[in-house]
Amino acid sequence: MVGTTGLDLIEVTLLSLYVSGMATILGSAIGIPLGALIGLKEFGGKGAVKTVTYTLYGFPPVLSGLFVYYLFSRAGPFGSLGVLFTPTAMIIAETFLVIPLVTGITITSVVEVDKNIKDTVRAMGASSRQSTLTIMREAWVGLVMACMIGFGRVIAEVGAAYLVGGNIDGKTKVLTTAIMLETRMGHFEWAMALGAVLLFVALAVFFFLRLLQEKELL
Amino acid sequence: MTASMELHGVAKRYKEVAAVRDVSLAVRKGEILGILGPSGAGKSTLLRIVGLLEPPDSGTVKLDDRAVDARSVEAPMLRRKMGIVLQKPVVLNRSVRNNLAYALRIRGWDEASIYMRVDEELKRLGLGDRSNKNARVLSGGEMQRLCFARSTIHDPDVLLLDEFAANLDPANVSLLEQMIRQFASRGSSKSIVLVTHNLFQAKRMCDRVALMWDGEIIEIAAKHKFFEDPGDERTAAFVRGELVY
Repeated sequence: MVGTTGLDLIEVTLLSLYVSGMATILGSAIGIPLGALIGLKEFGGKGAVKTVTYTLYGFPPVLSGLFVYYLFSRAGPFGSLGVLFTPTAMIIAETFLVIPLVTGITITSVVEVDKNIKDTVRAMGASSRQSTLTIMREAWVGLVMACMIGFGRVIAEVGAAYLVGGNIDGKTKVLTTAIMLETRMGHFEWAMALGAVLLFVALAVFFFLRLLQEKELL
Repeated sequence: MTASMELHGVAKRYKEVAAVRDVSLAVRKGEILGILGPSGAGKSTLLRIVGLLEPPDSGTVKLDDRAVDARSVEAPMLRRKMGIVLQKPVVLNRSVRNNLAYALRIRGWDEASIYMRVDEELKRLGLGDRSNKNARVLSGGEMQRLCFARSTIHDPDVLLLDEFAANLDPANVSLLEQMIRQFASRGSSKSIVLVTHNLFQAKRMCDRVALMWDGEIIEIAAKHKFFEDPGDERTAAFVRGELVY
């Protein structure tokens, strides 16, 4: 591993966006339907499932990394796939961090849709699937917010990315792991510059999504 | 007149509260049946049972002489044949046009028919110029008219109205009452149940009127008899505007 230079800053930034973006997409693809299901269906143990989901908001990233490391290490069940120390492993580890957040916020968003809307949709004769999709659309702002918060968590995450990615120069080094490396090497100026880039990237993505939301394009 | 809907010995409780007690009622084809009563009498619960939104704890609901269950898999299909307007105007977070189209899409209409039918309805509503605006920017009266149109756009035989005019100004009430009369005149198979606490509205709109009190129907009669010669003391007091709670 070597220190970050200006030349690979763009590469590191793009990899950060790729890993965080993919983890957000995958985590949302699982979390949104799961949250809608938990929020809108009645089943035994629903309260316990919600409690577990909300508790997992605090799931330590390093544990997610450890779990994925175990799965894809040579001794692990999927060791032969050769995924460890690749962006794929980082995406998988970070997806686990996105799922509880998106699921939980989706639950809250669909539950909070006006009961009169739910009644109206039912009264029109909507099937269970039609009702669920309509309520999800009514809760759209909340669902977009869930994705944004999920992205916010993983773009700033370091533990899991470091553990399963290994911070390999040109391969798995992302902004957060690069900051850690530069700090350890005593390159505080570079670490601070990378921190500024990380902050800018995160804010730019949030700003862009918020803009789309305000224009009702999301 | 034959009955389009019947309730036999229907009862419903919410925890300790008996909202509806042993109600039997027939809604005839071609009539507007008013259900009057003070707040908390169980009118809305009764309407929800008729609309298959709530199953009764006991008793039977019949639609066209067939017992139906709000929990059954066929319940959504049966609801598609009805129209329900709730007290609070509820529009979906989409355009005026798409609010109307939604009611037809749910019912499996093809897109070409939806387009034509929605255009007709928009013209009738006088909302053609705002068809692409989000329905949430409409005024309360416009929203309720849109809700009414959305509930009748598929030409249902049964229309259920729950205090539809509760929060509207007289001009909008008058417009909606006119829309209800137009709907009723579409054919002799139309049945309308109008839940209201407004005596004057019941008098203006209904063919028969029932008084609900503490979960029970205490009197049901033709409008003239109900208002001029009620059979129950409580009805007489209610019609006189005296406190019967």
